[in-house]
Amino acid sequence: MERNEKRVKTVKEIIVDTSKCVGCRACEIACSAFHTIPKYSSVNTARSRIMVVMDEFRDIFVPIRAGQYTQAECNGRNRYMIDGKEYDECTFCPASCPSRSAFREPDSGLPLKCDMCESDPPLEKPMCVDACTFGALTYEEREEEKAEQETRGDIEIAFEVLAKKYGKKKVMDAFTRLSKD
Amino acid sequence: MRYAETGFQLEVDLSKGSIDKVETDPEDTALLLGGLGMNLKLLFDRVPPGTDPWSPDNLLIFGNGLLNGTFVPGANRVSVDTIAPVNGFLGHSLMGGFFGAEMKMAGYDRIVIRGQAPDLVYLAIHNDKVEIRDAGHLRGRLMDETQTLIKQELNDKRAWVAALGPAGENRVIMASIDCGNSSAARTPGPVMGVKNLKAIAIRGTKDVYIANPEKAWEMCSRLRKELDLNPNIGDWMATDEDDSFHHNNFSWGNARVRRKTFWSNELEERWRNLKYDHMSRWTGCWNCPKACHNLIKWPNRRRFSYKCYGKDTYHMAAFQELDFTYEILPIAMDLGLDSYSTPQVIAFALELLDAGILTEKDFPDMPSDIRQKFYYLLHKIAYRDGIGDVLAHGVSGAATIIGHGAEEFDHNTVKKFEQLPIKLGKLNPAYFLMIATGEEMAITQTEGSFPQDPITDPKLKEEFINNWVAVPDRKFHEWFRQWEKRDQLPDQAMVEISDWNECMHYLDDSLGLCGFVSSFRGQFGGTTGYHVWNMPDLITLVAGIESDKDRLWECFQRIRTLARALNNRRGLRREMERPPEDHWAVRDEEYEQQLLTKYYDFKGWTFDGIPTKETLEKLSLGYVAEDLIKNNVLTGDEVTALKDPRANKEKE
Ligand code: SF4
Ligand code: SF4
Ligand code: SF4
Repeated sequence: MERNEKRVKTVKEIIVDTSKCVGCRACEIACSAFHTIPKYSSVNTARSRIMVVMDEFRDIFVPIRAGQYTQAECNGRNRYMIDGKEYDECTFCPASCPSRSAFREPDSGLPLKCDMCESDPPLEKPMCVDACTFGALTYEEREEEKAEQETRGDIEIAFEVLAKKYGKKKVMDAFTRLSKD
Repeated sequence: MRYAETGFQLEVDLSKGSIDKVETDPEDTALLLGGLGMNLKLLFDRVPPGTDPWSPDNLLIFGNGLLNGTFVPGANRVSVDTIAPVNGFLGHSLMGGFFGAEMKMAGYDRIVIRGQAPDLVYLAIHNDKVEIRDAGHLRGRLMDETQTLIKQELNDKRAWVAALGPAGENRVIMASIDCGNSSAARTPGPVMGVKNLKAIAIRGTKDVYIANPEKAWEMCSRLRKELDLNPNIGDWMATDEDDSFHHNNFSWGNARVRRKTFWSNELEERWRNLKYDHMSRWTGCWNCPKACHNLIKWPNRRRFSYKCYGKDTYHMAAFQELDFTYEILPIAMDLGLDSYSTPQVIAFALELLDAGILTEKDFPDMPSDIRQKFYYLLHKIAYRDGIGDVLAHGVSGAATIIGHGAEEFDHNTVKKFEQLPIKLGKLNPAYFLMIATGEEMAITQTEGSFPQDPITDPKLKEEFINNWVAVPDRKFHEWFRQWEKRDQLPDQAMVEISDWNECMHYLDDSLGLCGFVSSFRGQFGGTTGYHVWNMPDLITLVAGIESDKDRLWECFQRIRTLARALNNRRGLRREMERPPEDHWAVRDEEYEQQLLTKYYDFKGWTFDGIPTKETLEKLSLGYVAEDLIKNNVLTGDEVTALKDPRANKEKE
């Protein structure tokens, strides 16, 4: 397999201008409607993959998109002070995390993650961006050319880690045992 | 399967401590839509005519508009209805923001509150989990504290809390219910107070279903873009700093003084800076592409937001400038006082002091500075201290208690409701009808579809007519075409203009649409976002209820007639239907009465202003007719107003 070849990668970006957000939640509504089956058959902002953190008394309006799922809540949390405004712990964190109900399916608790509205045929821009008439969300796509190592799959990495720790044999044994169950 | 609506209402009896989730009849939705329409039926069915508004038997209903919680842009109004303690008639108020959508997602179309809790409580709703919780620790808490504390207590920052401040707890007539940047003012506040209900916190995570997903989405996406680009809707006071209209035309103080040349460029520039130097941002309501609320941070005050004419009321009542409104509004809001009627009550009290009807003794230790006087009275009223206990009854109520000629100073109310401080020259017939007969008790809740003034330039006039999609019938084109002077149109036109104006509000208030993108915004520019031609499609696609223009119009007539019947049963009659006597300088009693008769007749009402049996039956309100007959409001043999012998006498 050839490695270190030049690759063109499309980077999709949603630029968030919190100063333009009015807190209308049209983004949440559009996202939740788009991701139901059949499409647009219901509205439920608890299923949205974007959440507007809102506190009018403190002038806090921050749209956050759902990121990775984390199994355990983290110990080192962030609390930001920006321009004299104090943001609550975890405000800017996109994780679907056991510490909170955000970004989890309300019924099953399964994690929600922004998929950039992947669909076939692709949308011109993501639903939340299209719904935001205030310019708080804008979409950019650019091609990035980089010398990139072929990435290995998660499983490959996991096996390597296990093999290092327990030795190849033990891992193989465990794998054989598990696959019989 | 129910679409747009959940099909359930939450019924809470605070006396019994009972909580029931009750399925509703889809037939009722087809007839009355939701919001105001459904609330009226509940009030009519469940609050017997003799019920004292302060009694536990009165209901307080937070009714979601049919389209709330869906992706219909600008659909978020909750109709908050009760029997108003101020006059015993329908008390109607609208709350925007996010409370309604959250209620839908919690699984309810409305919350119906009856009874009176033995002690202060709040209601905590999370989907099917509903609790009546002790609120003893929240007693006396200010509006923002209350909302924040409850969210902390429930450990849910995403909950929406509709709360009372101290004024509501103390049952002040001018108390309002606030939820974030929105509020339900003018009546429901004191009723919530007497029920010992400090707040309702709500959070929902359920689906609100859409009947025809693809088509509904397509239509709503298009509408969202249209509303966004339409310059004639939303609140232009949010961005246009030329507010000469209110300042030069409305009356200052206790609705007394017109300052026709108050506005100037210098002032505008100064106020513009004042605003933007202290403004954090604009904020909006659920799924609306307009953002009407101005979020302000004034030194030494908590951040607050206001919209529209709320910017003017305090400083105009006190003959001050905008900075006074900015410094007093957050305090008044925290006390839970409405910014529409409260400044009028204070100005009224100060006038009585000037006139010697009230004396210095009634105002112990009142500062001499006018601004400080307002703060002084604000607190007296909210805590019902001394004279504040009297003023807490509103202008009309206080005037009756004070007596000694105080009634003469109560010159700007209709059916005991404070009105906009407008004093004009010549009678405007359509406005006469709307102010006299409006069940919603405020002209801004009645006017809005037909322009306030004619266009004289023939080219501009035709252009306007060509773009005027909202007209329900071509006859409005013709009337507009022939209209030259404000007060001059055939009586029939005046009657039907009032009817159409009303229609749009009744539909908005039942569907949940905000008047700023619909009913209220046709009068300037003619291009509303919603009208009787696109509402039926929305209802069909989103709620799955077959609708067309005629059926929708009938819904309006049914809802409007039901509001009238409710008030008739509580004693509303023709002689009470009078605008403030000084609303226009030039009046013509005889003509006004003839006009009123024509209006009643057009509506299918009797000479006394009561819907006839036949009218009620035609609108599927047979049960209302039976009830009115049982209660001796109707005999059942009445004819409509023009056929009444008294109408002929009028003509002679
Ligand atoms: S990009 Fe799509 S999936 Fe991601 S938050 Fe926006 S609407 Fe939701
Ligand atoms: S749609 Fe835009 S303005 Fe509205 S809440 Fe979302 S990010 Fe903010
Ligand atoms: S027009 Fe303004 S007040 Fe009405 S829903 Fe939209 S943002 Fe709210």
